[in-house]
Amino acid sequence: MNARSETLVLPAPLPLDGGGELARVEVAYETYGALNEDRSNAILLCHALTGDQYVASPHPITGKPGWWERMVGPGKPIDTDRFHVICANVIGSCMGSTGPASEASDGRPYAMRFPVITIRDMVRAHVGLLDALGIEQLHAVVGGSMGGMQALSLAANWPERASRVLVIASTSRHSAQNIAFHELGRQAVMADPRWNQGDYYGGEAPDSGLAVARMAAHITYLSEEALTGKFGRNLQDRDAKSFGFDADFQVESYLRYQGSGFTQRFDANSYLYITRAMDYFDLAEEHGGKLADAFAGTSARFCLVSFDSDWLYPTAESRHVVHALNAAGAAVSFVELSAPHGHDSFLLDVPALDRVIGGFLG
Amino acid sequence: MSPIRNQIRPDLAVIASHVTPGSRVLDIGCGDGELMLALRGKDCDVRGIEIDGDCVERCVSQGLSVVQGDADRDLADYPDKGFDYAILSQTLQTAARPDRMLDELLRVGRRAFVSFPNFAHWRTRAALMFGGRMPVTRAIPVSWYATQNIHHVTVKDFRDLAAEKGARIEREWFFAGERQLGRAGANGRAEFAVFELSR
Repeated sequence: MNARSETLVLPAPLPLDGGGELARVEVAYETYGALNEDRSNAILLCHALTGDQYVASPHPITGKPGWWERMVGPGKPIDTDRFHVICANVIGSCMGSTGPASEASDGRPYAMRFPVITIRDMVRAHVGLLDALGIEQLHAVVGGSMGGMQALSLAANWPERASRVLVIASTSRHSAQNIAFHELGRQAVMADPRWNQGDYYGGEAPDSGLAVARMAAHITYLSEEALTGKFGRNLQDRDAKSFGFDADFQVESYLRYQGSGFTQRFDANSYLYITRAMDYFDLAEEHGGKLADAFAGTSARFCLVSFDSDWLYPTAESRHVVHALNAAGAAVSFVELSAPHGHDSFLLDVPALDRVIGGFLG
Repeated sequence: MSPIRNQIRPDLAVIASHVTPGSRVLDIGCGDGELMLALRGKDCDVRGIEIDGDCVERCVSQGLSVVQGDADRDLADYPDKGFDYAILSQTLQTAARPDRMLDELLRVGRRAFVSFPNFAHWRTRAALMFGGRMPVTRAIPVSWYATQNIHHVTVKDFRDLAAEKGARIEREWFFAGERQLGRAGANGRAEFAVFELSR
């Protein structure tokens, strides 16, 4: 489907919300489908915490299919026969865009010298990419989970850049519970002696800590119903409990597999920085404490989707955004879809989501 | 007129034909978006609220701006006079507090259209008087225990409520089935009523 992998060096240093700037910023991105003559058919797809730009192309490390192949492609709801889809790796990540594993000016990895970034900083880098590509206004910005935060941030801070804003299973602010789970993950990474204050590049990475972080996070992505349906109390390759601490239960084995698989493709320091950016996200706070003010005067059309089984970013969070958009007089659609998989529903087979996305993108 | 427009419910057709083209409209309880689609054809900027998720999904997949929500609660989020028209079709009688709903309608819209089944229709009266049971008619098709209509209302009741709320009745229409009726004896003859209000 004519996927292209590119890397752009931003022409100027990137100013950061935390003060200062990031001197040399690379943005790695994939594109799918052709950009039309007047550059009006571009869709910016924003990826989630541990996602990447490989939306609909095989992951270069794991070889697995792209994370949203079911949604993005010729004739699919995000139709690459009609739209030019752009997905950029967020800054702070580890798949080609500048992050803590990248070289600083002294030729050594930033590690913990990398500045703490925000969701808005990530979006600022995306906007730099759009500028370089000559795309003034997107047909749509689309994102699930942390991708939805980026979509909201773009709509609030660069309101003229997207005419449609699609936010799936997301929130305008991290709750205490969201922050708590992220802190658990970060502490797991930092408790691994191999983390070494972030200075592990060239040596052994803190894989045990990162795996535990991923295991804890993975639980938050699934519903209790999904876990029960998938594993119940089934035992793993054995007929009886071992009376030990091996992975007796299938669910334990599954989580261990998820944890260790994750360490093959993700950098522990990136995990720290990106979770921090999400925890700092509070769109109302950025706009004088009133969320409706973040969207004042917007002419974009919005669509928010939540899932009834998502307890990480529950429906109430989407409603909160919808209320603010209504108060701002914005054109907004909202639907809570029924799906059993929990937060991960946005990545899985939910035909109603396909219809909503296809219809909203028009 | 498109075939779809010909088929829309008579109360919706009368509302659709009396909304000024290019208006901002809020359709409360918009269902499958039938009226919204008709109004979109008149270049209106139309928003909807609907409680049923399947209906909302169908609306959004047709490109309509519809929020899944409960009008009893969620109207409060909308700014004063944010719309030229607020429309409540066949929904007033399902509201927890129709009186407050009417207030909200006239707060968010400069004008309001309200349609409802008239409980004083002769068929309804006859069912009660001679049958001694809660009426099940073509206008009120669901049994008393399953109906969403928790606040049945008559044409006279509605006029009283409008007066009490300081709402001016700009126009009114009455129907028996598909047939439009005159104003005379409407409280006994009309199965459905449509009112256009302002305040």
